[in-house]
Amino acid sequence: MTVSNKVKALSLISGGLDSMLATKVILDQGVHVEGINFFTGFCVEGHTHAIRKQAPGKEKRNNALWVAEQLGIKLHIIDIVEEYKRVVLNPKFGYGAHLNPCLDCKIFMITEAKKWIEAQGFDFIITGEVIGQRPKSQRKDAMNTVLKETGTQDFLLRPLCAKNLLPTKPELEGWVNREKLYGFQGRGRHGQIALAKQFGIEDYAQPAGGCCFLTNEAYSKKLQDLWAHRGEKTYELDDIMLLKVGRHLRPRAHFKLMIAREEGEGNYLSGYRHQFSSAQCESHPGALALIEGDIKPEDRTLIAQIVSRYSQAQAGEEVRVKIQLKNGISHTVQTRAFAPEEILSEWYV
Amino acid sequence: MKVLDARNLLCPMPVIRLQNFVLKSSKGEMIQVRCTDPGTKSDIPTWCRMNDHRVVSMEELGFEIHFTIEV
Repeated sequence: MTVSNKVKALSLISGGLDSMLATKVILDQGVHVEGINFFTGFCVEGHTHAIRKQAPGKEKRNNALWVAEQLGIKLHIIDIVEEYKRVVLNPKFGYGAHLNPCLDCKIFMITEAKKWIEAQGFDFIITGEVIGQRPKSQRKDAMNTVLKETGTQDFLLRPLCAKNLLPTKPELEGWVNREKLYGFQGRGRHGQIALAKQFGIEDYAQPAGGCCFLTNEAYSKKLQDLWAHRGEKTYELDDIMLLKVGRHLRPRAHFKLMIAREEGEGNYLSGYRHQFSSAQCESHPGALALIEGDIKPEDRTLIAQIVSRYSQAQAGEEVRVKIQLKNGISHTVQTRAFAPEEILSEWYV
Repeated sequence: MKVLDARNLLCPMPVIRLQNFVLKSSKGEMIQVRCTDPGTKSDIPTWCRMNDHRVVSMEELGFEIHFTIEV
């Protein structure tokens, strides 16, 4: 087979092992490959440990960028936060176990990739999908739905499971050798791990439960709480980033506290001080809390009691807490610190 | 020197902002990028290597990380 140097493929790079392997398989066939990574705002992509000071030994990096560099390809990172809202807010194919619109998400990303290759003169698209790997978007029927909805039957190649699928244009035209593609299927990872070993790939990200916060039950509950208390199903990027940070407590329907769990989160939340009211214990070292919602004068003591629970004050100890309102006015509250059991479990979002 | 403020943004937003900023810059131009996400210490140099831009310096000032980049 003669592989033309002009054949160009765009690979959807998530930062995980499968897209890395799929790209490597096609690169090894002499095809020019560039990567694309879509930033939805919900990407797990190290945000939690980038914010938190915990696990200092864990390298803080963007895995998609890292993977692209390991493969020696260019990566185009595309901000799709605004356009992605319609996928999250109104998914045609519905949600998975939580608020994950996986099938709509895949359709959206393949559609965006299709627009990109048409604009840039690339020939086909690669994904690291494996039949049966994920319950919502990687079932065979769902993968066919993606082809139909995006109109990519001819030029969407899934190198890791291609042998279980109908040949695509890159195979039929001889741009890639179908014999050198794979027939992986199911949730098992043995084939991929063996292939990684064969390629000498030892370091790769292993995101538990996928690469999206919307597959996370706790995160989805926080997002539902946000929509319920706003009275409308909308969000901005800051909203969905803040749902990843701190303890979220809603002691009253009209306000929520976002309380830093450690120094890194405190630093991150402090960047939002100008957008929110905030509270912090002054008499003892303690966590910063952002307050979402309009608080009333009678809420101040409760806020101070809760916030001081997450300070170094002992339960019941006298504390002084400063509440800084969004309008610039501040109040100092003298009260006693709550004991852990005074924080009601139903307050946790 | 042009300044790109990417403080309080989490990766990959600082990289996306830099990517878009560079598109509007000329070869040889110097850009200072100000970040707070510690992940940028890995990501900004990686992106620059990948796209043939030079990280002239990286300086940590408290919680901020300042990069000087030659396009």
